[in-house]
Amino acid sequence: MSADASFFQWVAFIWEQNWPLFLRGAGNTLLIALTGTIIGFIIGIIIGVIRTIPVDHNTTTLKKGILKVVDILLLCYIEVFRGTPMMVQAMVVFYGIAMVYGIHLNPIPAGIVIVSINTGAYMAEIVRGGILSIDKGQFEAAHAIGMTHAQTMTSIILPQAIRNILPATSNEFVINIKDTCVLSVISITELFFNSKSAAGANFRYFETFLITCIIYLIMTFTVTRILRWWEKKLDGPSVYTIHGSQTVPEAQFRIVDGGKLHG
Amino acid sequence: MANILQIKHLGKKFGANEVLRDINFSVSKGEVVCIIGASGSGKSTLLRCINLLEYPTSGDILYHGQNILEQNISNAVYRAKMGMVFQQFNLFNNLTVLDNCVVGQIKVLKRNKEEARKTAMEYLEMVGMSQFINAKPTQISGGQKQRVAIARALSMEPEALLFDEPTSALDPEMVGEVLKVMKDLAKSGLTMLVVTHEMGFARDVANRVVFMDDGVIAEEDVPEVIFNNPTNDRTRAFLKRILEG
Repeated sequence: MSADASFFQWVAFIWEQNWPLFLRGAGNTLLIALTGTIIGFIIGIIIGVIRTIPVDHNTTTLKKGILKVVDILLLCYIEVFRGTPMMVQAMVVFYGIAMVYGIHLNPIPAGIVIVSINTGAYMAEIVRGGILSIDKGQFEAAHAIGMTHAQTMTSIILPQAIRNILPATSNEFVINIKDTCVLSVISITELFFNSKSAAGANFRYFETFLITCIIYLIMTFTVTRILRWWEKKLDGPSVYTIHGSQTVPEAQFRIVDGGKLHG
Repeated sequence: MANILQIKHLGKKFGANEVLRDINFSVSKGEVVCIIGASGSGKSTLLRCINLLEYPTSGDILYHGQNILEQNISNAVYRAKMGMVFQQFNLFNNLTVLDNCVVGQIKVLKRNKEEARKTAMEYLEMVGMSQFINAKPTQISGGQKQRVAIARALSMEPEALLFDEPTSALDPEMVGEVLKVMKDLAKSGLTMLVVTHEMGFARDVANRVVFMDDGVIAEEDVPEVIFNNPTNDRTRAFLKRILEG
């Protein structure tokens, strides 16, 4: 590459030289962000459900005590992981475990663990908010037909709460795609780390990181669209089919919202 | 006639606020009892205590002679026997009309899917909502929602049905369709306990009317006496207000 090559020639050159490095980095970024978000989501649901267990006249003192202790522990977890930077958590977990237990974690599983527990702390509060936002009448109606708290949660409340917190979950996913770059401090070969390696070979930081930027944007944009599509799909059709009578099975009408009949 | 429910000295306090005081009454099989009274008189709280959505602070609730406030009968089993229809319908928003009527049968009564579906269809047919089984609650009108809510409660095949102001949240033109379903149910011999502001319904359908005032039962009698010849001054004042209002 000659010294007077143009900006775009440099960009093209860097991509040609380093595209496997970029793509592998992007792949690792996606892997860590996706797995971390899913596991974090599950952690969040479990904690959110535990923290909304109702206490009433039927609750024994023992159960109340256990719930209180568990609640305090969970609150500590949430506060610690929401209140410290993920980059610092990565250093503490990665080097801490190595020092105390002599276990040297593989960087990628370590990254997944860190992103998961970090996301879990955020999701716990999001899920709790999602559950609390469901109308009290939904709980009462379920209890009134004899459903237990567990049945009410799984059949009635969580499906609605999860639908309501999907936008916040997409947000967490997008944040995780971007924030995995801080895991480069524990040498995870994600996109940012690999970009640095590429730039280090040619000292063209601007051109290299412009490519990185575009790859991040493509990933977050695609993920946002996919999740938006999924949300729409979960909402179900905006029209419903009139159930025909047994004797005239061909009597099917479709009703559009607003009640207009279409033959 | 055998008592399904017997309520003895029932009281309920919310903090220092005493909402119900020394409530005594009973409901026999096949009876339709209407509870009337001004807003804040404790009608809804009484009904919610009977279904244990609120827990009474004192007194006993006997279900076939068995005290349900003692822990030897599961709340879930008892609640499944006492259907409840709410003012705000409270249909499960994540489920279709059909699934609203099916979910309890499967989860609580452990019926199989086919049986549950058949039972649900039967009651949805009865309330005139069998065409709408695929609709979500947000896609139907208030009156339709309340009819589905009634079908949902009936699908559990309860011993008695509790109605908490079932027409109060409805547009005036939808009140009739719900009252008609309720009248049909009363005629079919279902035991019903109805908190209502529909005096016409109470007069025509009830076997007994309970008038509540300020947390106590002020008067209890057959509708002819309550509406034509009330003995309590407060009953008279309330009816005058509401009927001439």
